[in-house]
Amino acid sequence: MAGAASLRQIAFYGKGGIGKSTTSQNTLAAMSHYFGKNIMIVGCDPKADSTRLILHEKAQDTILSLAAEMGTIEDVEMEQARLWGKGLFDRETPGGWINCTESGGPEPGVGCAGRGVITAINFLEEEGAYDEDGLDFVSYDVLGDVVCGGFAMPIREGKAQEIYIVMSGEMMAMYAANNISKGILKYANTGGVRLAGLICNARMTDKEYDLALELAQRLGTQLIHFVPRNNIVQHAELRRMTVVEYSPYSDQAREYKELARKIVYNDMKIIPTPISMDELEDLLLAFGLEDEVDESQVGKAAHEA
Amino acid sequence: MGPETLEAKQKAAIEEILKAYPEKAAKNREKHLGVGSPNDENQKTCGDVRSNKKTVPGVMSQRGCAYAGSKGVVWGPVKDMIHISHGPIGCGQYSRAGRRNYYIGVTGVDTFVTMNFSSDFQENNIVFGGDKKLGKCVDEIEVLFPLNNGITFQSECPIGLIGDDINAVAKTKAKEIGKTIVPVNCEGFRGVSQSLGHHIANDAVRDFIFDGDLSHINTSDVTPTEYDVAIIGDYNIGGDTWSSRILLEEMGLRVVAQWSGDATLKEMALTPKVKLNLLHCYRSMNYISRHMEKEFGIPWIEYNFFGPSQTIKSLRKIAAFFDESIQAKCEEVIAKYQPMIDAVIAKYKPRLDGKTVMLFVGGLRPRHVIGAYEDLGMEVIGTGYEFAHDDDYKRTKEEIFRSTVIYDDVNEYELEAFVKKLQPDLVASGIKEKYVFQKMGLPYRQMHSWDYSGPYHGYDGFAIFAQDMDLAINSPVWAHSKAPWEKEG
Repeated sequence: MAGAASLRQIAFYGKGGIGKSTTSQNTLAAMSHYFGKNIMIVGCDPKADSTRLILHEKAQDTILSLAAEMGTIEDVEMEQARLWGKGLFDRETPGGWINCTESGGPEPGVGCAGRGVITAINFLEEEGAYDEDGLDFVSYDVLGDVVCGGFAMPIREGKAQEIYIVMSGEMMAMYAANNISKGILKYANTGGVRLAGLICNARMTDKEYDLALELAQRLGTQLIHFVPRNNIVQHAELRRMTVVEYSPYSDQAREYKELARKIVYNDMKIIPTPISMDELEDLLLAFGLEDEVDESQVGKAAHEA
Repeated sequence: MGPETLEAKQKAAIEEILKAYPEKAAKNREKHLGVGSPNDENQKTCGDVRSNKKTVPGVMSQRGCAYAGSKGVVWGPVKDMIHISHGPIGCGQYSRAGRRNYYIGVTGVDTFVTMNFSSDFQENNIVFGGDKKLGKCVDEIEVLFPLNNGITFQSECPIGLIGDDINAVAKTKAKEIGKTIVPVNCEGFRGVSQSLGHHIANDAVRDFIFDGDLSHINTSDVTPTEYDVAIIGDYNIGGDTWSSRILLEEMGLRVVAQWSGDATLKEMALTPKVKLNLLHCYRSMNYISRHMEKEFGIPWIEYNFFGPSQTIKSLRKIAAFFDESIQAKCEEVIAKYQPMIDAVIAKYKPRLDGKTVMLFVGGLRPRHVIGAYEDLGMEVIGTGYEFAHDDDYKRTKEEIFRSTVIYDDVNEYELEAFVKKLQPDLVASGIKEKYVFQKMGLPYRQMHSWDYSGPYHGYDGFAIFAQDMDLAINSPVWAHSKAPWEKEG
């Protein structure tokens, strides 16, 4: 059911808006193009933006929208739901290929997106998407936080074994990274899922690298790569392309290549040691991101101080 | 009434019925209604009906859900395991003990079929997840019912939404208690009917019984023989499996397992060593039969023990698989029961001859019981399934005797309209439809669980079947069903 033994299943988690989809697609593009890896992307976000840079499209038909159209999930055909990557990533060009799927889900405020993820992954399993010849990696791109059991589906038994958390030096991104680690810890013993590293998608905040490195160490993992900010990512994205394809000789493409190399050869997969909220705040204080406030000042407005 | 006029009347009835629908619904339902004919080679299914599709929203369907297919049909009758309905209390309580799966054992001590085990979800279990509570259920079961041989988790709808990882709980707890625990992801909203629940349940048998750790079950004390068979897809409703297995045993075969009426986990574990699987309900257990064929090389054949004609045909088909000694004993069995059958037919056929029947049932009975009615001289003029697929309708074509109206996933309106137009002498269907027709003053038999009667399988069963049909049709009560002011003169 879970494909060939050599198949590696990875997942990208992280706070909403942190650049998960952009980072994951650029990294997977590099893994495919430079390292010849064959990859299936499973987008697990109702926004369905996990494959657009590979497909050069706005958004592909999602598994759940097809199911809604057909009446039931049983009537959906694999060929409709799984598209081959375009340009560098199709089957004709040298290097690896990328298959694209999106779970999709309801519009904001209705239905159950978490169930959508479960339904979509079950569909792909039953239809044999994981058993395809030559498939090296399955990559899940999961929305925001692990808010319900549905979004934990990719880290259950038989699914993703390596989790990469995309974060930055901002408080909330680090908070989310810590929370996701708690989710991984919950399933680590029964399912065998491991934290494989933090990817810092730099916002260029103060002492960002040091802070990310410190958090990685506290969680018991590595800062697998620090991806600097570069506008070329946005330029490529406007053309619905990855940097690897848009400008293969750029500095940024090299950064993604390096991150890809580290993931392909990564052998540090651990059970995370999430920290408490207090410890997290102390961490930010230690790095001077927040000024220490005397207990007597808590809850006082500016004019009272 | 000749066959020509019957067919014309049936076609006209379908046309008339479709007129009541809005255009879109009519277009959908038209594909599910047809007139089947035994010799029409052009028909792809029976009556060319389409099946296994989503029910038209808003109509009163008689279908069940995936949970019903797994807990109610496939797993529920396994008597020495405890089946937890995981979720809010309703699904477990309203499906409790309703299916009359008979079994031998002391309920609450070593067998548990008619009891209801539920994790009884409350609001906070939805919000915070219910896997801890499920684990606690296992602990409590182990203390209160230590003689259970295993546990299954039957997921109700909310489990699929909040994403409780019942597989992880099963794995952890099974290791802890050293028994089989089977998680079944049979949330009710999956699929178009109970049919997907059967499939999911079959897959769970494959993954957790055949491929699972059964070291707590001792199977070494049963030595396989050349004559071992298993009954697959008989749920022992009113004792059906028992009245079937005695015939097989009289033929010299050894029935190692009954799936899943009166079944034990041990029997199921022993099944991969039998020589032949005898498949009764094709729809609900063809999946595991095919798996055993592929994985263990066990052939399977379908059989039908309703009514003497089909029973005799099936007994010979089964015997042909074995050596001459079995075939000879098979003929002895047939000869032994013939006088009894002759007596039954002599008594009831004159009272039932020429009476017409309309059926609407579940897995196999819409075709399997036709022969039994015809043996009594009755004529089946309409039949249909709640949750069949194309292969069921293909098989139905072999079983019908005359032009027969075929209605797939028929709803309450349609069935009532068909009955009014075709005026059968007996309607035989499920519990939901029963009172509609009885209140119309029509004889009715409940063909899901035999109306507190049965068994109907085998020779003994046929005698009861004949008596029940006679009781329904020839009851003096029907003479009083007309109001005094409606009577003539």
